[in-house]
Amino acid sequence: MRPAAHAHPAPPPFGADDAVIRVEGLEKTYASGFTALRNVDLAIRRGEIFALLGENGAGKSTLIGAICGLVRPSAGRILVDGHDAVADYRVARTKIGLVPQELHVDSFERVMDTVAFSRGLFGKPRDAAFVEGVLRDLSLWDKRDAKIIALSGGMKRRLLIAKALAHEPDILFLDEPTAGVDVELRRDMWRMVHRLRERGVTIILTTHYIEEAEEMADRVGVIHKGEILLVEEKTALMRKLGRRELVLHLREPIAAIPEAVARPALSLDGEGRTLTYVFDSQSEDTGIADLLRRLAEAGIEVRDLATSESSLEEIFVSLVKGRPS
Amino acid sequence: MNLNGIRAIYMFEMNRFRRTIMQSVAAPVLSTSLYFIVFGSAIGSRIDTVEGIAYGAFIVPGLIMLTVITESLTNASFGIYLPKFQGTIYELLSAPVSAVETVIGYVGAAATKSVLIGCLILATARIFVDYTILHPLWTAAFLVLTCTAFSLFGFIIGIWADSFQRLQLIPLMVVTPLAFLGGTFYSITMLPEPWDTVALFNPVLYLVSGFRWSFYGVADVAPAVSLAMTFVFMLVCLAVVAWIFRTGWRLKS
Repeated sequence: MRPAAHAHPAPPPFGADDAVIRVEGLEKTYASGFTALRNVDLAIRRGEIFALLGENGAGKSTLIGAICGLVRPSAGRILVDGHDAVADYRVARTKIGLVPQELHVDSFERVMDTVAFSRGLFGKPRDAAFVEGVLRDLSLWDKRDAKIIALSGGMKRRLLIAKALAHEPDILFLDEPTAGVDVELRRDMWRMVHRLRERGVTIILTTHYIEEAEEMADRVGVIHKGEILLVEEKTALMRKLGRRELVLHLREPIAAIPEAVARPALSLDGEGRTLTYVFDSQSEDTGIADLLRRLAEAGIEVRDLATSESSLEEIFVSLVKGRPS
Repeated sequence: MNLNGIRAIYMFEMNRFRRTIMQSVAAPVLSTSLYFIVFGSAIGSRIDTVEGIAYGAFIVPGLIMLTVITESLTNASFGIYLPKFQGTIYELLSAPVSAVETVIGYVGAAATKSVLIGCLILATARIFVDYTILHPLWTAAFLVLTCTAFSLFGFIIGIWADSFQRLQLIPLMVVTPLAFLGGTFYSITMLPEPWDTVALFNPVLYLVSGFRWSFYGVADVAPAVSLAMTFVFMLVCLAVVAWIFRTGWRLKS
């Protein structure tokens, strides 16, 4: 059965001018019959960092491919800054830079040449100073005369970003930018993305590292089996779906939770030494004060306590889990 | 028109040729020179004239055609196959370049290189055999047309191919035989019935015949027919390329 057209929550309202990308009713069914995208509606705000979350095969790359021109949509339309991505592809594509997921490079080209090539391909006149700036930004200037084949994986990744930025795009797509990238380089990448945003570049990244979305994104979209499940401010999402946990470490183990203290959200574990209390951080009364008072009345001494909130990853798993296939 | 885009593709391809100058220029010139030595000087000196032309001189236009046809196919097919193979085609597909601009860039570069090789062989041939060119403008026209038409054909092969084996298949299995049987080394009037008629179905015959006519004024078929056939071949290739870009065949999913 077909899902209802607007089963997912509508994106928060904002003016047409604020949407730098607008996707309406986008569908993609491949020749094999596999449907990768189902009635996708999505609006990306100008200047934001948007993280598209989804498991492998959820439709992330197909969605990016459709916006950038690599995939032919089966239905629907895509507007890039008001320009139709198919009918008015020249203007639309000039505004977009794409960093692919795989390290697709011309092994025998020189670093500087390949960046200059990208700039020309996207219709911009030669500008050695600009290319130099991009290479310096990405710490590749020292390697400008090197053959690409001689670069490390991390350098190749940065080179692909340099190529995508060579034509001064307003919108940058990063498809799994830190897949298989070591921790330090990942941090570098995050810093670079923030720098770009400060310059006004809209950034859309796909990832299945939740940590990455949590670290970087202003808004998060979750895609699952070709459908957008939700689009939400990251902080709002975490507030809305985030559960907090209070963990109490007891001085002396107890056999059972006393009647006066017991409540549904409270559980005993750790051989009677820890109490875990789940509460809603947004509610007026979290129930913590009452819990602590009753524990004291019952003569249960607390040695230590800690609270934690659920990560985006837990939110994501709870969203995706239990969805019909 | 994205002129910067065309230039970027064209220069990218020309740089690739420059990097591989030994394989791509020196090799074909050397191997064609061997033909001149063996067939032109060594064996040719014992063969009578063909249609009043010394055998060594007679084979010059055909050999140039044979080489530029092969080179055009190889260069153009490799030029577009390589980005597909490496995955770098994503950039071309996401760039604001039209089908026409893409073709001008890739096919233009491949044809340029073939014309250069053709001229180099023509110059080299002078060392071994004596030839004359009666209609130099027509020589240039046939050379440029043939290089362009077969570069287009090569471009199609490069998009069609999904492995290096397939990339070699058509040049080796189809074009080389056609080129050899297209009157490179002989006039089809020397063929017995019915082979002289069968030969008329070989498109390469028209190219070789027209090109040879521009040298010596003798031809197997009328020069106008040669010119028309070359154009027809080019138009068919253009139509296929137009269809490829309209449907995204083997380029986009």
